[in-house]
Amino acid sequence: MLSKRNPQLNAQGELIHLLSIEGLPRAVLTQILDTAGSFLSVNEREVKKVPLLRGKSVFNLFFENSTRTRTTFEIAAKRLSADVINLDIARSSTAKGESLLDTIANLSAMHADMFVVRHSESGAPYLIAQHCAPHVHVVNAGDGRHAHPTQGLLDMYTIRHYKRDFTGLTVAIVGDIVHSRVARSDIHALTTLGVPEIRAVGPKTLVPGDLREMGVRVCHDMAEGIRGADVIIMLRLQNERMSGAMLPSAGEFFKNYGLTPEKLALAKPDAIVMHPGPINRGVEIHSAVADGAQSVILPQVTFGIAVRMAVMSIIAGNNA
Amino acid sequence: MSTLHLDAEALYADLAAGVRSLLKPESVLVGIWSGGAWLAERLQRDLKLAGDHGVISSALHRDDFGSRGLSGAADHTKLPFEVEGRAILLIDDVLYTGRTTRAVINELFDFGRPASVTLAVLVDRGGRELPIQPAFSAVRVTLPRGQKLTLARDAAGRFAFDIKTEAP
Repeated sequence: MLSKRNPQLNAQGELIHLLSIEGLPRAVLTQILDTAGSFLSVNEREVKKVPLLRGKSVFNLFFENSTRTRTTFEIAAKRLSADVINLDIARSSTAKGESLLDTIANLSAMHADMFVVRHSESGAPYLIAQHCAPHVHVVNAGDGRHAHPTQGLLDMYTIRHYKRDFTGLTVAIVGDIVHSRVARSDIHALTTLGVPEIRAVGPKTLVPGDLREMGVRVCHDMAEGIRGADVIIMLRLQNERMSGAMLPSAGEFFKNYGLTPEKLALAKPDAIVMHPGPINRGVEIHSAVADGAQSVILPQVTFGIAVRMAVMSIIAGNNA
Repeated sequence: MSTLHLDAEALYADLAAGVRSLLKPESVLVGIWSGGAWLAERLQRDLKLAGDHGVISSALHRDDFGSRGLSGAADHTKLPFEVEGRAILLIDDVLYTGRTTRAVINELFDFGRPASVTLAVLVDRGGRELPIQPAFSAVRVTLPRGQKLTLARDAAGRFAFDIKTEAP
């Protein structure tokens, strides 16, 4: 029988898996951000390691390619003293026809304690969480177009670091929102944390009008979208969208929605510019902005390790 | 209910005298979060020591992480000096099983190799589960296992002890 309880939380409301930001209470998000703050200082110690996951095995299951996210999860797990096993699933068992659940059953027999999962199918991490043993924890590292919760959380950490408080902010998310699991996770997190104005900015083909139902202001005009913003989150324009006839050309997109110093001047003078990476210079962002004083793109990467350490240590400490 | 009465302010005066006798030129005070940190803060001031005291938390090295998980925001450790080569004087409010002290010593060594580590506490309540002894304790008491003794600090910065009986 299906339980109505959020599958990410145990009966006490504690986080046991991180599958999506949607449906998580503000207290849980705040706990993760606070804990991440304490792990940030661990990365500056003489010994950059704490023993919280000592003796635990973390399996990185990347059914879809990713270098950066996988690496930061690996560093985070290692700084918590876990043993990390990276599986390049795209090239191994599934290629031989093994089903997802058979793969999980096999890895569980190898005494896995945590799965970090990236999959092109939305919902794959949920399926794994429902079928693994009670002591095993699952972290979604990006599933299809659905969610990328640790990216959303590290974005929130970055915003809180520079802006201190969420409740008076205007946040503009710019670019390919329809295909972006990052945008979806950011919107849920910003809403839960009390950001009063969230704008989704981009062409009609990439910014669907039904976002309004999530309380988001939809702007198809870039100037309107970023005017007065405190935070600008640029999204990567995936090259494959161009071939799908959703956009005329990369040059055309940059002209209308690329973030240049001139367009950035419309935002608040102390606005920060974020990007989940990898960036396409001259497609969605001008080099002068990406490398400029308002860019916090590289701090995001550093914060990402601390946020992933926080998520892994919190879920590992809670029992189903 | 316990009839034990502990005058935290009187004990603090004894602790200050004890800590003064333990100080060496290269000593720094490090208070164990949270009660010990309050004590170290006040000792630093009352003993007119130069610089800032340190604060150390056991959260990242606890041995009961598997059963208790992370409690709240984990890390309060702030050591505003080099640990390498220093005489570390750890300050805590209540010494009981010794597990917190063990965790804190591990935490300390993540920052460098101190010349020595010494422990001074307000109350030693016995019940040790590890071979850890304080160099100074203002008082030794015996409490039943189910009782929890914690230091409290009021708005004026005065100390008092809180004794709670935990549900079995």
